[in-house]
Amino acid sequence: MSETPERDAHSGVETTGHEWDGIKELNMPLPRWWLWTLYATVIWAVGYWIVMPAWPLVSSYTQGLLGHSERARVAEEISQARAAQAGLRERIAGSDLAAVRADQDLLAFAIAGGRSAFAVNCSQCHGRGAAGSPGYPNLNDDEWLWGGSLEEIDATIRYGVRAGHEQSRANDMPAFLSDGLLSRPQIADLAEHVLSLSGRGEEPARAARGAALFAEQCVACHKEGGTGDPELGAPSLADQIWLYGGERADVERSIAFGRMGVMPAWEGRLDPVTLKQLTVYVHSLGGGE
Amino acid sequence: MAEAALKAQRNPAGMPEPVARAEVDAVNRREQRSLYEKRRKIYPRLARGAFRRLKWLVMALTLAVYYLSPWLRWERGPNAPDQAILIDFPGRRFYFFFIEIWPQEVYYLTGLLILAAIGLFLVTSVAGRVWCGYTCPQTVWTDLFIAIERLIEGDRSARIRLDRAPWSAAKLLRKACKHLLWLAVAVATGGAWVFYFADAPTLAVDLIHFQAPAVSYLFIGIMTFTTYTLGGIAREQVCIYMCPWPRIQAAMLDEDTLTVTYRRDRGEPRGPYRRGDSWHGRGNCIDCNQCVAVCPMGIDIRDGLQLECISCALCIDACDGVMDRIGLPRGLIAYDTDDNIERRQRGQAPRFRPIRPRTLAYAGIIAVVGIVMLAALLTRDSVDLNVLRDRNPLFTRLADGSIRNGYTVKILNKRHDESVFDLGVEGLQPSDIKLIGAEPDGIRVAPDSLKSFRVLLTVPAASAPAENAPIRFVLREGASGIVAGHASQFLGPKS
Repeated sequence: MSETPERDAHSGVETTGHEWDGIKELNMPLPRWWLWTLYATVIWAVGYWIVMPAWPLVSSYTQGLLGHSERARVAEEISQARAAQAGLRERIAGSDLAAVRADQDLLAFAIAGGRSAFAVNCSQCHGRGAAGSPGYPNLNDDEWLWGGSLEEIDATIRYGVRAGHEQSRANDMPAFLSDGLLSRPQIADLAEHVLSLSGRGEEPARAARGAALFAEQCVACHKEGGTGDPELGAPSLADQIWLYGGERADVERSIAFGRMGVMPAWEGRLDPVTLKQLTVYVHSLGGGE
Repeated sequence: MAEAALKAQRNPAGMPEPVARAEVDAVNRREQRSLYEKRRKIYPRLARGAFRRLKWLVMALTLAVYYLSPWLRWERGPNAPDQAILIDFPGRRFYFFFIEIWPQEVYYLTGLLILAAIGLFLVTSVAGRVWCGYTCPQTVWTDLFIAIERLIEGDRSARIRLDRAPWSAAKLLRKACKHLLWLAVAVATGGAWVFYFADAPTLAVDLIHFQAPAVSYLFIGIMTFTTYTLGGIAREQVCIYMCPWPRIQAAMLDEDTLTVTYRRDRGEPRGPYRRGDSWHGRGNCIDCNQCVAVCPMGIDIRDGLQLECISCALCIDACDGVMDRIGLPRGLIAYDTDDNIERRQRGQAPRFRPIRPRTLAYAGIIAVVGIVMLAALLTRDSVDLNVLRDRNPLFTRLADGSIRNGYTVKILNKRHDESVFDLGVEGLQPSDIKLIGAEPDGIRVAPDSLKSFRVLLTVPAASAPAENAPIRFVLREGASGIVAGHASQFLGPKS
């Protein structure tokens, strides 16, 4: 190897001495900085295998000397976040709902926490913006089946509606057709009267017949004039809000087959502070009384 | 004997050579440079002259600005820091003397970067790589590191001798001394860096007591490492291999740009010169290689304009000194244009045209961006109102049929004291305005902060808009009237 390497006449670059069918290979080694970077990454990789989780095994993986775990890190970050909120959470735990609502800091914290708890637990039925859908009440408006004060909202969230809890909200709207209480024409008359309560009646004669049926069958819960009773969970029939739809067919269906909505009881499933946050959040949506 | 004969032949009159030829190789000359070769160390000799003095001055100035700026104070009242230049990451503010930039105003930074870029383009097209040669941090710190090296190890020839000498206690002492001083400069550089991000006096005390946040030490460490490596060891390689700027700047140079130029029309043909020789039939360059010896980039300027040249002008100083000694006018190497060499060869007078379409275009862009930024800065508000309309639900029908829309309102108070505002709506007669998360009687916004709350507007069924109505939220403040506004919409059901 003492002889000087051959230089390619055309490019002036050294050749490696290899030759195939008259074609010679130029000696173009990789740049030094590139090589050093490569070696550095190789060394780094070996070190990484040793200290970090790296190689899959049959039922586990190499843990690495540092014992790093993304899951543990997430758990730690969550507990750190919890710890950072501890002061506010304790204050909410120790305050009644009205006091939470009166304090600007607690209110902001409760609304923020309530919003995320709502997104996780409630939005499946009530919708992301709590606007509801047929059968699932809109929580933004000012009509409340079971009352819209902080205490009533709290009770509804805690115990649910027909949720099996002993304090659950429950009532019994009869299915007038399938239970054989009213005939189809009677139900049509009754529906005409119900529509007339919100100014949408078309046939006064039928409405009058319906009014008599209403006084007989419905007034106990829905009250005189159909104004409803939150104590009984009986909705107002005289306003513009219709949980199950306000068209004639919807009203007739409600009378004929009854309406028995359900909502889970959240006590025991969510911690007390989160329940308070949810209550304050729902109350803050705009309809709170 | 042969050498003496050769010398006698070259110098028959026995006249001393006025300038000794420097035995130096332009290690970064393109033909000599190989990507695969180990770097050959450059030993730049100290140049003496006007440009060296200018470079010392610029170095002192730029280093002073860098090291001292964080210590300048600027009074802003009790609710704001008093550091003149402060990048406050936790508080998400940037303070620069009388200017305070919030995160959403980072476009000022964009404007500044545009100004800096075009400014650089302008300077480059007029006078070449002035940035590279005088003010680039890489140049300033490398120059400083070379100055330290020269202080400890001596000038070029002494440094070469020291490197060639076998290891001894004296050599070890000198080398250790140099590296320690370099390290001290590097630590100081990293140390100064972190002061831009926190209150400097407080942080300085914390740093000494090891009470400062870990990230401070981390960044001091990183900056120490980069300063030491780039300024002490990598040096010219940063400019030649790592920096994209030399390649970009080539696009700004043209035949009218002033660059550090070897006036080959005057210098060639070059050759050794002894006192008493005739200048007839030869050029002024005596091939003494002094220009190569002082070059920190390891090139020969006589090869012409090249990517490796950072235009530091030290070769001008070296050559001027030589010209003085052999009694020729200065300026064999000088700031000159490519065009002038050809003009002189054609017998035309040299000229310098700093004002030409290219520079006018750059200056125009600078003027436009500068005016826009200044106008934006002068007219920006100290109070900002932002309104986000609820999209889910789009609107809510209430029991009595009236329509309600929800909005998230954000009031940004950039002042340094608490302010009290009243919120109003124009373009709509709401029957009810409800604020959730703010006091209805006067919205109090803490100094230097953002207040966010919800607003519910209710309009009776009879007067609700058919589909949507443009409205405007306005923020009033006591007697001073409207201080901010934000356009929005009120949506009703499709009829």
